[in-house]
Amino acid sequence: MNAVNVILKRELASYFATPVAYIFIIIFLMLAGVFTFYLGQFFERGQADLSAFFGFIPWLFIVLVPAVAMRLWSEERRSGTIELLMTLPITTFQVVIGKFLAAWFFVGLALALTFPLWVTVNYLGEPDNGVILAGYLGSWFMSGGFLAIGSCLSATTKNQIVAFILTLVVCFVLVVAGFPIVQDVFSGWAPLWLVDGVSNISFLAHFNAISRGVIDLRDLVYFSVLIAAFLYATALVIDMKKAD
Amino acid sequence: MIKVSNLSKYFDDFCAVDNISFQVEPGEVLGFLGPNGAGKSTTMKMLTGFLSPSAGDISVLGHDMQTDALAAQRLIGYLPEGAPSYSDMTVQSSLEFIGQARGFSGRELGQRIADVVARVELDSVLGKRIENLSKGFRRRLGLAQAILHDPRILILDEPTDGLDPNQKHQVRELIRNLAQDKIVIVSTHILEEVSAVCSRAMILAHGKILFDGTPDELAARSEYHNAITLRVDKLPEGLEQSIAQLPHVTRVQRAEQDQLTIFPEQGQNILAEVNRTLQAHPCQIEELHVEVGRLDDVFRLLTTGKAEDVSA
Repeated sequence: MNAVNVILKRELASYFATPVAYIFIIIFLMLAGVFTFYLGQFFERGQADLSAFFGFIPWLFIVLVPAVAMRLWSEERRSGTIELLMTLPITTFQVVIGKFLAAWFFVGLALALTFPLWVTVNYLGEPDNGVILAGYLGSWFMSGGFLAIGSCLSATTKNQIVAFILTLVVCFVLVVAGFPIVQDVFSGWAPLWLVDGVSNISFLAHFNAISRGVIDLRDLVYFSVLIAAFLYATALVIDMKKAD
Repeated sequence: MIKVSNLSKYFDDFCAVDNISFQVEPGEVLGFLGPNGAGKSTTMKMLTGFLSPSAGDISVLGHDMQTDALAAQRLIGYLPEGAPSYSDMTVQSSLEFIGQARGFSGRELGQRIADVVARVELDSVLGKRIENLSKGFRRRLGLAQAILHDPRILILDEPTDGLDPNQKHQVRELIRNLAQDKIVIVSTHILEEVSAVCSRAMILAHGKILFDGTPDELAARSEYHNAITLRVDKLPEGLEQSIAQLPHVTRVQRAEQDQLTIFPEQGQNILAEVNRTLQAHPCQIEELHVEVGRLDDVFRLLTTGKAEDVSA
């Protein structure tokens, strides 16, 4: 566990060693504000909740989370530091988990910094804070899913931009899988189990359930399994591709 | 002891390392020599557990690199080719990271960092970001992280590449001082380095070991080994012919107007005879020395495919 901790600390420190982390957080907070207040019509809705905010979170994450994940492994491979890292007495899994946790905590921090929204809604009315907490929890778990996918795709390439685009596309597909537009493609001909299957892999279905305040174990398990599977895949990809 | 048996590495169809076996004992400084793409770095990457071999075994002081990699890696200090480092970190924090990853903390970590920093003279740049360092400092940082845990085995991939002559000298001193009871493996394509630091030289080409012996043995393979270079102010009549007719002299080469290089038969010492002949031809000797052998000569001979497998 100590090794994971050492990796985690180094990674987190490296986010803040350059302006990238600050820029990311500022953009995230600005977009969150714009989406919530203008597009989400926070005031016009006249309801004391944050569903205007959480409704846009998946779309915000599609663009911003791949930007956090893209450097996880691509940069190590491009600069050759992967050789330094993988010849230390640390297992591949420890490194994979340490790096993932650092990115996850970083996104968690960005999420936490949206607390003025929560303060505002509590000032204006009496929201159900349990639902809001569930929304934050769901958002954080969903970002974990995005990050695990990004970690795996970042391990496949030395190019951060390629990693970014690949992750963005995969995450987009996973989010929209539950939308009518995708569902309609299948519903005409495919058997029911396939239609259900497709809508079940959608991030949105699971996220929406949690963010409505219904913390179903199955939704948390969905994200946990997704994260575990893609981190395992990351370790496999690293072992296979670290030479090139 | 490092024991390598029947080690091979293929990248798709390309064979980078072709069934090599060798052993290295503590106290030895082994130099890997070879043209670019000979398999030196690939072999080192397998020795350190970064790459897994396509075939063969590596045992590091009794720990198998395939099944017990972490135990083996604890014993090894490694400077990868090009001395990669995290460019956004400072020298201090990157050494702290390596130390913590190797399980040190608190006062011991601080002490070890202070030690290596003094040893490779990094104190002036401790607080600087690595991306702002010169190539020489980066290389020394790479060395510092490799020796931080006082490893019993040190594997250095081109440790002096890109350093100025003073820094090269310093790094070689460092390696020599480290070497007492350790196993050191150094790769280089600078031949002088082999005679400067190594107790054993191994020439690799196309993934095979072409030569394995001491630097002196390597030099002895040169045509120039024991050859005599002679320069006089004015070459006397008939000297060249008399020397050429001496026993054990294979040929005499006239380089400039008044300079001769005299080649002996393999392993023969011809200084005495040449000296006698010189006394019979009065002239002013400006230079006379016995060559030890030219390594780049042997190197070319061995690696351009003219030589057969000739392990000594």
